[in-house]
Amino acid sequence: MTALTDLTIAEARAGLAAGDFTATELTEAHLAAMEARAGLNAYITPTAERALAMAKTSDARIHAGQAGTMEGIPIAMKDLFCTNGVRTTAGSTILGTFVPPYESTVSAKLWDAGAVLLGKANQDEFAMGSSNETSAFGNAVNPWTRAGDPDTTLVPGGSSGGSAAAVAGRIAMAATGTDTGGSIRQPASFCGIVGLKPTYGRCSRWGIVAFASSLDQAGPMARTVTDTAIMMGAMAGHDPQDSTSAPVAVPDFAAAVEQGVKGLKVGIPKEYRPEQGLSPEIDAIWAQGMAMLRDAGAETVDISLPHTKYALPTYYIIAPAEASSNLARYDGVRYGLRVLEEGDSLNDMYCKTRAAGFGAEVKRRILIGTYALSAGYYDAYYLKAQKVRTLIAQDFKAAFDGGVDVILTPTTPSAAFPIGAEIDDPVTMYLNDVFTVPTSLAGLPGLSVPVALTSEGLPQGLQLIGRPFDEETVLRAGRALEKAAGFTAKPRLLEG
Amino acid sequence: MSLDKETVHRIAFLARVAVPDDQLDPLSRELSGILHWIEQLGEVDTTSVEPMTSVAEMTLPWRDDVVTDGGYPERVTANAPESQDGFYLVPKVVE
Amino acid sequence: MDATPETSYRLRGETGDWEVVIGLEVHAQVISTAKLFSGASTTFGAAPNSQVSLVDAAMPGMLPVINRACVEQAVRTGLGLRAHINTTSVFARKNYFYADLPQGYQISQYEQPIVGEGSLVLDMPDGASRTVGIERLHLEQDAGKSLHDQHPSRSFIDLNRSGVALMEIVSKPDMRSPEEAGAYLRKLRSILRYLGTCDGNMEEGSMRADVNVSVRKVGEPGLRTRCEVKNVNSVRFVMQAIEVEAMRHIEIWESGAEVEQETRLFDPARGETRSMRSKEEAHDYRYFPDPDLLPLTFDDAFVDRIRATLPELPDDKKARFIADYGLTPYDASVLVVDRKEADFFEAVAKGRDGKAAANWVISTLFGTLNKRGVGIEDSPVSAENLGKLIDLIADDTISGRIAKEVYEIMVETGGAPDAIVEERGLKQVTDTGAIEAAIDQVMAANPDKVEQVKGGKEKLLGWFTGQVMKATQGKANPGMVNELLKKKILG
Repeated sequence: MTALTDLTIAEARAGLAAGDFTATELTEAHLAAMEARAGLNAYITPTAERALAMAKTSDARIHAGQAGTMEGIPIAMKDLFCTNGVRTTAGSTILGTFVPPYESTVSAKLWDAGAVLLGKANQDEFAMGSSNETSAFGNAVNPWTRAGDPDTTLVPGGSSGGSAAAVAGRIAMAATGTDTGGSIRQPASFCGIVGLKPTYGRCSRWGIVAFASSLDQAGPMARTVTDTAIMMGAMAGHDPQDSTSAPVAVPDFAAAVEQGVKGLKVGIPKEYRPEQGLSPEIDAIWAQGMAMLRDAGAETVDISLPHTKYALPTYYIIAPAEASSNLARYDGVRYGLRVLEEGDSLNDMYCKTRAAGFGAEVKRRILIGTYALSAGYYDAYYLKAQKVRTLIAQDFKAAFDGGVDVILTPTTPSAAFPIGAEIDDPVTMYLNDVFTVPTSLAGLPGLSVPVALTSEGLPQGLQLIGRPFDEETVLRAGRALEKAAGFTAKPRLLEG
Repeated sequence: MSLDKETVHRIAFLARVAVPDDQLDPLSRELSGILHWIEQLGEVDTTSVEPMTSVAEMTLPWRDDVVTDGGYPERVTANAPESQDGFYLVPKVVE
Repeated sequence: MDATPETSYRLRGETGDWEVVIGLEVHAQVISTAKLFSGASTTFGAAPNSQVSLVDAAMPGMLPVINRACVEQAVRTGLGLRAHINTTSVFARKNYFYADLPQGYQISQYEQPIVGEGSLVLDMPDGASRTVGIERLHLEQDAGKSLHDQHPSRSFIDLNRSGVALMEIVSKPDMRSPEEAGAYLRKLRSILRYLGTCDGNMEEGSMRADVNVSVRKVGEPGLRTRCEVKNVNSVRFVMQAIEVEAMRHIEIWESGAEVEQETRLFDPARGETRSMRSKEEAHDYRYFPDPDLLPLTFDDAFVDRIRATLPELPDDKKARFIADYGLTPYDASVLVVDRKEADFFEAVAKGRDGKAAANWVISTLFGTLNKRGVGIEDSPVSAENLGKLIDLIADDTISGRIAKEVYEIMVETGGAPDAIVEERGLKQVTDTGAIEAAIDQVMAANPDKVEQVKGGKEKLLGWFTGQVMKATQGKANPGMVNELLKKKILG
């Protein structure tokens, strides 16, 4: 029999319904695995007691025939989601002691659907990072290692690195992530799992620690496209408490998954082969993906998204600008860290608290953002970036208006890299998000699906981008890729 | 655009982040590097392009004018580093 | 009307005469049940932090949702100021750190306010009118409150006010004297109260003014550097602050120095303004559109629905009072300041002599109210009774003198004038026989004076009138007394 921790959500739901095992057993198996693989540092705050209590409730609900769509499914919750009575740090020292007296809308929906909280997942500080190395609680570790090089630990990607590591490491059946410029898709690709950044406005942002409000979106991370769709259904929905939450109906994502891609037009943007050259290996995996979709009955067409190369610099003005304002509330007055020495003024307290509470990357972005908004520079930076953002969104719109149903690209320009390799060079680190950021700027849904292993034996994902609120087509195409790729490789950590 | 030490100092104070003097130089080099990279945006012709206001194609929702919230000072101050009698406490502000 | 009012207000300096250029930024608290972006209550005087939602306390991940009523109130106010309503406006964040600003930014409106240019007519004491331009009106959040004297080393922060909706109403620099600034504030307050969008109580802080002051030589084109005097909380203080700030500028300019643009604070105890430069240091608000909110949009029909509910506003009412009741512009402007007072006047004046009604209301009733320190809603004399009193004079039931007596009794007892006149036998005597009898008596007692009148000293007739009135306890109709006296003595 398959280990309980290896089950997909779909399989676990069937097993629970059939009484093959209980939610408590399922949760216990995961808690044991979490202890065994504590070295992944995937969790900042494990919540074993709460998990068992929730599992018990799930068992009762299953018994009473009242099971929700995620009933008894143990998940990791990214530590950016405020959880009532459970410490929520955003990966930062400044929130190291913060216990929210409220529950985020998305997490509340998941608990309503029956999900079980295993713990709060590690992440880059305030979701700013692409490697999980900016976490104040130590980096999460990618369960994958390079073939023949088991001693070099690799980053899980970021910012939802703890979530990805937990799902890939079988210490969570699924996890929530948030994606601002690639924070779900890039770690999903690095860890060989599926991750969906929904359309901006699909999931409520209420109760999620804000990084960049115009870009942040919550989404599911799981091991299969179907699991991702199931979880997506539980997370999505209009929330009157979030003015940017879209008042649109939530479709049955899981039902859409198996509809196939026959007749779909798949756009292949030529600009995703940057001038510097995409590594031939990634290029080949991309080509494989095109072939898989064609074999499944789709048509691939070349498209142009001319402003692609400007997406990253645009993003690195808009996101830090919004962050510099969003993070102003961490001032040592109402919650979190306070550094106050005898004789300090209010300003001293602000400056010391924020210097001690924020890490280097967060400070870097706050300063860049502050500068970009400051008098005399607003037009040249922020306003310019918002104009280029319009052009980027128009590129996508033109492609979809031209009849393309979905766009296929690599998720990342490379596979997972060793811890410490890029941390000292911000711009190189930023380039990790080169393929995911344009989608974020345009607010479109993007799905990363693991398709192949690189020659180093590391997973590589491809990204599917859809029309606004058309996650269904994206998931359909993702399922087609998944089926064709037959990606069954597991991290060596788990084979040992 | 490269940032000099003084500008970094000014920006850091605007953002209320203490930066030790010996870090001003390396930080200004680092930030200048990022800004330099960002400035490739200058190549894009944005004449008569409207800045993006929101990717969400919807209108701003309104709430009704009824009291639905508040009345829980203990929840509001539960995480405060320093509070007394329901107030937050900060170093004395001299106006 | 001229947008740049003429004024004779001049300040004498050593180098000649100066004029003052004044613009006002008024923060008016919007009347609403809940806050601008949260569902917490706006009522005053609650326990600290008890009217604070997680949004108002800027807890991580909290998001604003706008209150419909606040939008309606802003539009309503804009219409009352004859201003352009912007059907698309944008909320922006104004970023700065302060102890009572939990988000680290204030949600305000910057480049695209909800209300654009409008105008406001000043009613000056001499009865003249001057128009002051309105630059804009925008919606924004109020901050919390800091208490500084509770503790030796700590300030106490209460966020109950944090997030309450304010309208910032910005005038053009069209005012030229403290009196005009005072008239502006009084008129604005009057309009806000008519509209029901702000209670206008400056003492309680629900209306606060920032005053922009500069000076220039009479006849000089262009403007010199201005200073902003912050948070002045009464009309009187605004007028004082302008005067002392203007004098300060004149002294600086005349000493050969330059006025520095800065924010200052008015100290009413010392009668001076002082620099707030410490608070000013390196202010750079880094405004940008709030990404948690979409542009605020509504259609013309929304504006029209609000327009349809507007009351008659002071200016229109004043014009109507002048036209319908024959009032002087000054009397009309006094009567329309307060909507309830205006309604009271109308109830008194309807179907009667408007001028007489205005006189009674302004000179007599307002005096009574002032003395008693009560508002029109607590008037001891009802409009109906005051009207009846005027009727009693008009139909010669009582004389003006008796009417004053009756009025005082009405104030004391709250009674109706006709009943009072009846009960106390104050009815005017119009019976010729009774008056003649009284005249005969007086003539018989003063034959010498009768002779003097006959001899041409007609002035003495007045004395006779007084004596006859006395004899009738003031109830005789004075006109009839006069007429009969003349007839009897002079033939």
